[in-house]
Amino acid sequence: MSVLVDRSSRVLIQGITGREGSFHTAQMRAFGTNIVAGVSPGKGGTDQDGVPIFDTVADAVAATGADVSGIFVPPAFAADAIMESAAAGIELTVCITELIPVQDMIRARDFVIRSGHQLLGANCPGIVTPGQCKVGIIPNHINTPGPVGIVGRSGTLTYEVIQGLGQAGMGQTTSVGIGGDPVMGLSFPDVLQRFADDPETRAVVLIGEIGGSDEENAAAWIRETGFDKPVVAFISGRTAPPGKRMGHAGAIISGNTGSAQSKLDALTAAGADIADTIEDVVRLTAVRLGMQSR
Amino acid sequence: MKLLEYQAKQRFAAAGIPVPPGRLARTPEEAAAAARELGRIAVKAQVPIGGRGKAGGIAVVDTPDEARREAARILAMDIRGYPVRSVWCETGLSIDAELYLGITLDRDRRRLVIIFSAAGGMEIEQVAVEAPERIAKLWPDPFAGPHPFEIRQLSFAGLAHAPELHDRTPKLVTSLVGLTSRLYGVATSLDALTCEINPLVLTPDGNLVAADGKLEIDENADSRHKDIAKELARDETGDDGRSGDDPFEVEARKRGLTYVHLDGDIGCIGNGAGLTMNTLDLVKQHGGEPADFLDIGGGANAERVRNALEMVLLDPKVRGVFINIFGGITRGDEVARGIIAARDELHITKPLVVRMTGTMEEEGRQLLEQAGIVPAKTATGAAETIVALTRGESE
Repeated sequence: MSVLVDRSSRVLIQGITGREGSFHTAQMRAFGTNIVAGVSPGKGGTDQDGVPIFDTVADAVAATGADVSGIFVPPAFAADAIMESAAAGIELTVCITELIPVQDMIRARDFVIRSGHQLLGANCPGIVTPGQCKVGIIPNHINTPGPVGIVGRSGTLTYEVIQGLGQAGMGQTTSVGIGGDPVMGLSFPDVLQRFADDPETRAVVLIGEIGGSDEENAAAWIRETGFDKPVVAFISGRTAPPGKRMGHAGAIISGNTGSAQSKLDALTAAGADIADTIEDVVRLTAVRLGMQSR
Repeated sequence: MKLLEYQAKQRFAAAGIPVPPGRLARTPEEAAAAARELGRIAVKAQVPIGGRGKAGGIAVVDTPDEARREAARILAMDIRGYPVRSVWCETGLSIDAELYLGITLDRDRRRLVIIFSAAGGMEIEQVAVEAPERIAKLWPDPFAGPHPFEIRQLSFAGLAHAPELHDRTPKLVTSLVGLTSRLYGVATSLDALTCEINPLVLTPDGNLVAADGKLEIDENADSRHKDIAKELARDETGDDGRSGDDPFEVEARKRGLTYVHLDGDIGCIGNGAGLTMNTLDLVKQHGGEPADFLDIGGGANAERVRNALEMVLLDPKVRGVFINIFGGITRGDEVARGIIAARDELHITKPLVVRMTGTMEEEGRQLLEQAGIVPAKTATGAAETIVALTRGESE
C-alpha cells in the first residue's frame, strides 16, 4: 500500500523540455514511473525520448488519461501551470518549482481546492512510493519499500531520512515533501490523514523546521484525532537566530511564533518522539517498529 | 523589498487613499522650506523599520527655524543601525481618533488577511494580545477580493468596541469600504506581504487620512517590480542599500546568494534550506560555531558553488568550511567541479570538509578524490571533522 501515488498513477510532466524537467523526467522513468505525457506550449506533436508532448494539459489528459502532474516550469509561470493542471482534472498536482510569488500561490492553491483536486508543494521535492512511482526530484537509489511514512517540509532533509532509514533496513510506504513555502497545498495533517488510512504504514517520520505553525497544527491534529501510529519528529533550525529568513521563504522566526522550541514542545505533548539528529530519527523509528537498528 | 514611508504613501496616494501633503527633505534647509510652504509640519525620519517615534525620529514643528533645527537633529540620527538619510515633512493633522488598517499574509489560513481596528497607533501589537476582540479580520477570496459587504462587516466589527466613535460609525464605515478596497488593490498589484496604515487618522471634519505607511514587497516577485527596486537602489534609502546592514549580506545579495551572516568561525554551505539549517545545528552540537547560513539551492551548477565558497571565505573569521550536499535537483559532479575550481582559483588553504550524497554522488566523489579533497561519509562525521580541524588551528 501507499498514499497519493502508486504504480497505477499516470504521470505527465509540465515543463518537460526544460533543463530540470528533461533531466528529472529521465530519472523518474528510470525509477519506473509511468510517464505518459509531457506538456510544453508550442511543442505539441513532438516527443521526448518517446514521451508524447502536448501544447496543453487538457490535450494531454484527453489523449493519455494522465491523473498526476509534475511541474518544472519557471516561477513566473508556475501558478498558472498549477491551475491549468487542476482545471484539466488532474487529481494530484506536484509543483517542484521554487521562488513562486506568494500571492500567486494563494490563488493557485485556492483554485486547486475549489476544483476538488490536490496540490503538493510548491517548492517541494515531490513524492515517492518505492518500487512504484516517483514524481519529483528525490534521488532514485535511496528509496526502498517498507513500513514507514515520511512527511517533510525540507527536501534535502527528507532525503537524509529516507537514506538513513533505508541503510538501517527500514523502507517507506510513501515519502511526501510538502515544501518550504509559507503557502503550500497539502499540509502535515492532510498527509498524516493519508498515513492513518494506509494499513501498511506502521510509523511516521515528520520533518519540520522553524517558521509558521504547521508543526504545532500537526501536533494538535495528532492529539485531536487520536492518531495512533508512532510519530518520530525532527525539527531543523534550532540554532537559527530570530528575524532571519533561513533560505526557505517560510523558515523565519517572527515574534513569538515559529521557534523550534515551540514546535518541539507541541509535538512532545502530542506524544511524538523527538529526534535531535538524523541518526536519532533512525534509532527511534527502529525502536517504535520493534526492530533492532543496525 | 521594504519601501520607506514616503514611497509607500506615494503608492497610496496614486490609488486614491488620502495622505497629508508632504515634501521629502535631505537637508535641514529643505525641511525649513517645506515648513515655509506647508506651515505646521511633522518631520519624520525615513528608515525602513518601526519604532522611530519612540526613538525620537519624529518631531512636530511650527516654524521654519524649528524645522531646520529638528531636521538637523534627526538627519544626524542612526535608528537601530539605520542612518537617517532623509526626512518626510508633512502637514500636521488634527486627530480625533487613530485607527489601524493593514493587509498581511496569514500563514495558517494561507490567504491575505485584512485587519482593522479602532485602536490604532503605537500600541496595536499590545491590543492584539490583550484585547483581541478589538481587532477585526477578513480573509478575502483571492480572486474576487473583498466584497463591500465583507468590508462593512469588518468595519462594524472593528468599531463595535469603540463607543466614542458610535455616532460617527455610519459615515466611517462608508469611507472604510472605499479605502479598504483601494488598499487591497495596492497590496495585490504590488505583491505586498505587508501593506499597512497605522495610524489611519480620523480628523475632526470626518476624513480618514493615512498618517503613516508601510509596504513590504514579496522578494519572489521582485522581477515584476523592477521600477521599485531601481528607485530603492537609486535613493540608497531602501532596504537594499542601507548602510546599517551587514556588509557580508549586502555582498551576498549582489552575488544572488541566499546567505545569512552569523557570529562563528565555521563556514557552512548546504543545498536546501532544511539541510543547511541542520548543517548549522550539527556544527553547534559538536561544539563549533557557524559563521553563516548559505543555501546554494536546488539545481546549483559549478559556478554557483564556486561563488558560494568565495562568499563564505570573504569573512576573515572563517577558519574552515563545511559543505553539505544531498543531491536531488543538484548534481554531485557539478558541485564537485565548483569546489575544485574555487579551491584552485582562489588558492584556498583553509580546511574544506565535503559531505556529498545523492544524484551523481559517485561522479562527484571521484572528482573530489582525484583533486585531493577527501569527502566525508556522513554529515555527523563531517561536522566532527570540521570542528576538530578548525579548533586545532591557530589564526
